Amino acid sequence: MAGGLLVAGLAELSAVSLARNGRNAASLPQRAFTIGLHTFGWGVLLFLVLPLLVVVPLSFNAGSFLTYPLSGISGRWYADLAASPSWSKAFRNSFFVGIITTVLATGLGTAAALGIKRLGAGRAKWISLVILSPIIVPVVITAVGVYFLYAPFGLVSSFTGLILAHTVLAAPFVVITVAATLDGFDPNLLRAAASCGASPFVAFRRVMLPLIMPGVVSGAIFAFAISFDDIVMALFLAGPEQRTLPVQMFNGVREEISPTITAAATLLVVLAVILLGIVEYLRKRSRRLGIAAADAGQH
Amino acid sequence: MTAGAVTTARAAPGGPAHRPLDASLGAQLRRADRGRQIRALLLVAPLLLFLFVNFALPLVLMLAKSIDGREEARALARTGAALASWDGRSAVPDAAAKALVADLGDLRGTPALSMVANRLNYDVNGMRSLVLKTARRLPPSGDATLAALGSIDPLWQRPEQWAAVLRATDRITSFHVLAAVDARRDPAGGITMLPPQQGVMREIFLRTFWIASVVTLACIVLGYPVAYLIASATPGWASVMMMAVLLPFWTSLLVRTSAWVVLLQTNGIVNKGLQGLGLTSAPVPLVFNRTGAYIALIHVLLPFMILPIYSIMKSVKPDYVRAAVSLGASPVTAFRRVYLPLTLPGLASGTLLVFVSALGFYITPALIGGAGDQMIGFFIAYYINDTVNWGMAAALGGLLLLSTAVVFLVYTWLAGSSSPAWRS
Repeated sequence: MAGGLLVAGLAELSAVSLARNGRNAASLPQRAFTIGLHTFGWGVLLFLVLPLLVVVPLSFNAGSFLTYPLSGISGRWYADLAASPSWSKAFRNSFFVGIITTVLATGLGTAAALGIKRLGAGRAKWISLVILSPIIVPVVITAVGVYFLYAPFGLVSSFTGLILAHTVLAAPFVVITVAATLDGFDPNLLRAAASCGASPFVAFRRVMLPLIMPGVVSGAIFAFAISFDDIVMALFLAGPEQRTLPVQMFNGVREEISPTITAAATLLVVLAVILLGIVEYLRKRSRRLGIAAADAGQH
Repeated sequence: MTAGAVTTARAAPGGPAHRPLDASLGAQLRRADRGRQIRALLLVAPLLLFLFVNFALPLVLMLAKSIDGREEARALARTGAALASWDGRSAVPDAAAKALVADLGDLRGTPALSMVANRLNYDVNGMRSLVLKTARRLPPSGDATLAALGSIDPLWQRPEQWAAVLRATDRITSFHVLAAVDARRDPAGGITMLPPQQGVMREIFLRTFWIASVVTLACIVLGYPVAYLIASATPGWASVMMMAVLLPFWTSLLVRTSAWVVLLQTNGIVNKGLQGLGLTSAPVPLVFNRTGAYIALIHVLLPFMILPIYSIMKSVKPDYVRAAVSLGASPVTAFRRVYLPLTLPGLASGTLLVFVSALGFYITPALIGGAGDQMIGFFIAYYINDTVNWGMAAALGGLLLLSTAVVFLVYTWLAGSSSPAWRS
């Protein structure tokens, strides 16, 4: 009910702000359409955030039932989480695998994006298609294939296997993100650096890298999120020693969903907010820089 | 100055001196260009090599596994040779019984016996115990006749069991691929479909496509208006709305799925709300069934629909629609003839993304769906992790890969052949 009120209120507010922007008075059917669109749209947006909004307060529930009203506020489920060896191990494993994957995927992906930009259009198109195909092929298929390949080498139930498989999933996202940043990079800057006597390496490190850094960092965050979120590869390739957070949650939901899971879920929502915040900040910043550079170029 | 000199030198008519200069300049340019291309390729090479080993090779390996029958064929080599001329219906020659006894005698006590028994059991239920029992009580090779096998178990008198043995002796086998579509090869060489009550795979494939279609359609209906709302909102509101789309997008899949389990369970918040509103007197089953699976899948995939549509809508100038309306088009006509075609590329890529992702999904339905709502990905994982039937997992993976490729090709074909709006 509160949700319904929220939707109605937000719809009214945004509809009013839109109407104010339009100069002329809208006709009745137009008004009806606008209000209908806003109500429907905000309803869908509420549907998108509702699960997250509901789970976060539940993790602070003093009682052990996963329902409202809360029977008091307590941090007991967080204490539970911190005290559980299997959850702390899952956190450690996820961060370990995520960080190494990020390093590998960012290195391979950034180099590839730089290369693709310098290739002729025909070659670049085919190579991008090949590089992006791990995004298109369902992960479960890649997981089966990787399982068959790694099994004879003892890489199933090993960190190495899991990290390699996560890098396959993550590297294409780094390529996409860095390539998008390179689109806004003015190659004349490198020529200018070269004409001032910089070697190609120095020009890259001192001129290009600082400018494309926001894109590289965004790509790295994407890579980390992909690895941190993956469950399919982990179900195939992680043994009990490599169990990651998603696998731990998967087992938890399968057996009996407990408030401890909502505490872990809340921490992951916080992490998502942080990662999203960084990426959005970098995006806005690089757009500002891009516009500033374009302006400077015109004067 | 120098540039002008070069231009005049090159423009000089017919002088013999400029030709070698021109050629060497061209060669230099070509060499420089080739050098640049080689350096570019060197930058791409590490990732290409990495993906070749850890992505392309695995896919090839999987496809190969689905038709690989070498181990079984080797284990049953003599039986295979003896059955080569059998027609599949008449009595099995004693030579085949003798060969089987010899093969089983060699297999006894090795892990290969269990492998062969499992492989035969995938084909005809009950053959695992039949083979293991026979291997324990093998007759001496002197009187290894069909009758002797029949006295161990009368099942050996029936052609069905021998047909299964024959099918297991192909080095390159179509068994798994056919089993993945509920078919099998009969001894005469034809392909027969299993009766509907025995075959489940066709139903699972249809179900997977059905669920993916419903989810995609729902995402279009929910996502298109939302994308429009965000694209037409003031920057402040747009960024608030965008957060509502991006936050779930960045949140772990497991968090979202478990949140839906919490919300939808029998005594969960949604049921309490429905009862509080007086819409229902008893809790509605919303979880561990198709409804729950649909809700959670739509929630997970909706951002993949909204984001591409939104980014196209941002690039469509409102002037076009205004122009259409000022030329006398009704709002509906203006939408249908101008706005929809212009935003179609976003809609198309959103549809492709959602549909292909939905085809391969299995975690969300596994946690929130019932036994009858599992999709093809679930069975691929099941055959790998639970029954260790690698051939079947590989065959199902191959079919899912094929489906994905077909969907992708249809998309690129549509994108390439229809109105210019698709191509942008």
